[in-house]
Amino acid sequence: MSAPDRPGLHATRLSPVVLGAAVLALLTMALVSVLVGAADLSPGPVLAELADGLPGVTIDSGLDARASAILWQLRLPRIVLGAIVGASLSVAGAAYQGVFRNPLADPYLLGAAAGAGLAATLVITLDPSVLPTAVTVPLAAFVGSLAGVALAVLVGRTAGGGGTAGLVLAGVAIASFLTAIQTFVQQRNADTLAEVYTWILGRLTTAGWSEVVQVLVPAAGSIAVIWLHRRTLDVLSVGEDEAATLGVDARGARIAVVVAASLATAAAVAVSGLIGFVGIVVPHVIRLTVGASYRIVLPLSVVVGAAFMIGADLLARTIVSPAELPIGVVTAFIGAPFFAILLRRNRQGVTM
Amino acid sequence: MSAEVDAHPPATRQDDAHHEARGEAQSDTLAQRSWSRDGASTSPAVEVVGAGVDYGGGPVLVDFSLAVAAGEWVALLGPNGAGKSTALGVLSGLVRHDGDLRLLGDDPRPWKPRRWATTVALVPQRPIIPPGLTVTDYVLLGRTAHIPTFGVESAADLAAVDHAFTRLDLHTFARRPVLALSGGELQRVVLARALVQEARILLLDEPTSALDIGHGQHVLELIDDLRRERGLTIVAAMHDLTLASQYADRVVLLDHGRAIGAGTPVEVLTAARVAHHYDASVRVVPDGSGGIVVVPMRPRGDPAAPGHHDDPPA
Repeated sequence: MSAPDRPGLHATRLSPVVLGAAVLALLTMALVSVLVGAADLSPGPVLAELADGLPGVTIDSGLDARASAILWQLRLPRIVLGAIVGASLSVAGAAYQGVFRNPLADPYLLGAAAGAGLAATLVITLDPSVLPTAVTVPLAAFVGSLAGVALAVLVGRTAGGGGTAGLVLAGVAIASFLTAIQTFVQQRNADTLAEVYTWILGRLTTAGWSEVVQVLVPAAGSIAVIWLHRRTLDVLSVGEDEAATLGVDARGARIAVVVAASLATAAAVAVSGLIGFVGIVVPHVIRLTVGASYRIVLPLSVVVGAAFMIGADLLARTIVSPAELPIGVVTAFIGAPFFAILLRRNRQGVTM
Repeated sequence: MSAEVDAHPPATRQDDAHHEARGEAQSDTLAQRSWSRDGASTSPAVEVVGAGVDYGGGPVLVDFSLAVAAGEWVALLGPNGAGKSTALGVLSGLVRHDGDLRLLGDDPRPWKPRRWATTVALVPQRPIIPPGLTVTDYVLLGRTAHIPTFGVESAADLAAVDHAFTRLDLHTFARRPVLALSGGELQRVVLARALVQEARILLLDEPTSALDIGHGQHVLELIDDLRRERGLTIVAAMHDLTLASQYADRVVLLDHGRAIGAGTPVEVLTAARVAHHYDASVRVVPDGSGGIVVVPMRPRGDPAAPGHHDDPPA
C-alpha cells in the first residue's frame, strides 16, 4: 500500500493546470473588458493594436486616433488598475485570515479599510484641492488602515482574551466607529461631499496610468512580503502556541504580514475607494475549491482576485450604461450569492 | 517490556554514565533534588529548579523541581488541574515562570524559537487541526525549524518525513486531509510531526487520553521504541496510572500545583496516596513482574458516593 506513495511524497503545491486555467480566465476577462464599453471596439484591430504595443512589433491596426485613445488611455489603465486592486484586496484578505486564524477576517471587517477611508477623507476635506494621486492620500490611508487594525486587535485582546470571535467583534465596532467619524466629517464639509461619497462607494472611473503607477509599487511590495510568508502562514494555522513550539517567531511574522496586508489594503483603497467583499470571497472560494495551503491560496488570490475585479468593473460600467454603478455594489451583488451557494454545497463550511 | 518499576531502574540505554546517578531510590523526598546533586557530573537533559507559575488567578505551579536524565521517561501524574500541562508548558517555553530551567545543560531563556524547536518537541493534548492540509503538509510543519524562514522544504526535509512515515506506518495516509483521520491515526500523525523536529526532548501531554485501550498501548509502545532508538528524553503528562507505571522510569505526582511525591511508580503510587490526591477509590495490585496495576474500585459501603473511599488519607 505504501510503496506507490513514496516516490510522490511532496507538500501540497499549486498544479500548473489550475494556475494556467486561472491565468487564462484572467486574460479572457481582460480582453472582453477591453472590447466592451460605451464605444464598441472590434476584436481584430484591438488585438493588432495591442500587439503593436509590444516592443519590437510593428503592426498597423487600422484603429483611428479616437479608438486608440479609448484603448490606451481609458480602458487599459482601468483594467490594469482593477487587476491590481483586486489582487491586493484578495491577498490582504487571505493574509488577515491566516494571521488571525479567522475565516471572517478581511480588510473591511478588521477596520483597516474604515481607517484608511477616514484618513483619506480627512485629507480630502482638509485640502479639497488635493488630487487623489497626491502622495498624501495613500500615505494617510496607509497610516489609517494600520491604526484601524491595531485598534481592532487591541480592543479584541482586552475584551475577548485574544479569541478570534473577540477580534471580529472588535473589528466591527472599530469599523463602525471610524465610519461614523468619517460620515460626520463628510457632512460637515458639504463642498467635498459628492467627491468623498463617490470615492467611498468604490470606483475605478478616474483611472489613468498615473494611478496604476501609484498603486503598483506598494501592492507588488506587500504581495511579495506576504508571499515570502506563505509557509509561515501555513504553520500559523495550528495556532500561535503550537507554531511557537515548531520554531516560528509567531509575533514577528504576524506583525510583518499585518503591516504588508494593511499596506496593500491602503494602496487599493487610496485609488479605488472602498470595494468590499473581495478579500473575503476570493480566498475562501479558492480554499473551498482548490486547497487551503497558502502556497495555493496566495498565487491564486492574485490571479482570481484580479479577474474578479475586472469582471465586476465590466458589469459596473455596462449594466446601467452610460451611467455607472459603484463597483462595490457589483462585487457584493455577485459575490455574496455565489459565496452562499458555495458554502451550502461544501459541508466543511467556512474553514481555513 | 518497559515496566521498569524496580527501585533501581537501569541507566539510560545510551549513556551508562547515568547509571551511578540513578542508582539510588528515593521515595518521599523529591527525587529530582538528590538526583541532580548526585548527577552533577553529567548534566540532566531537563532540569527545573523552583519553577513557579501564576496566570493571574493564583499560583498553578509552586516551587516545581524536576531533573530528567537523557533517555529517561518521566511521567507527570496528578488529578485534573494539578499543574501537569502547566509544567509541560514551562519545559516547552510556552509558559512564563519563576525559577530556573536548563535544557541539555543550557539556559534556554535567550533562545530563539528555532533553537527551542530543535531541542524540545511537544505533542499537545488537543492539537489544533488545520482544515485543508494533507498529512504530508501537516507533518512537514514539524520541519519548520530546519527550513529557512522564507524558504520551502528541501529533499532532506521530505526524507525526514518519509522516514517518520515509515516508522509510524503512515505512508497510506500521506495525501489524506488531516481532518479525515481517526483518533489513533491522528495521534500518530502528531507524533510524526514532533519526531521530524529532531529534538532530543519529547514532551507528551496526555498522549493516550483520546485513544481506546489498544491504540493507547500501541502509541506508548511506539514512543518507548523511539526513545530507545533515538535516545529521546521523555516527559509525559499521563492520566492512566497503570500505563504510567508500566512505561515511565519515574513518576512525579502533582496536586494543586505542587509536586508531592516523586520516585519509581511503586514508591509513589500507593493506594493511600492515590485515594487522597485523586479522591478516588483504587486498589494497587502487583502485576507479578515487579510493577503495579492501579484498579479503580467502586467504593464499598455507600455506592451512591463516588468520592467515598476506604483508605484514609495518608
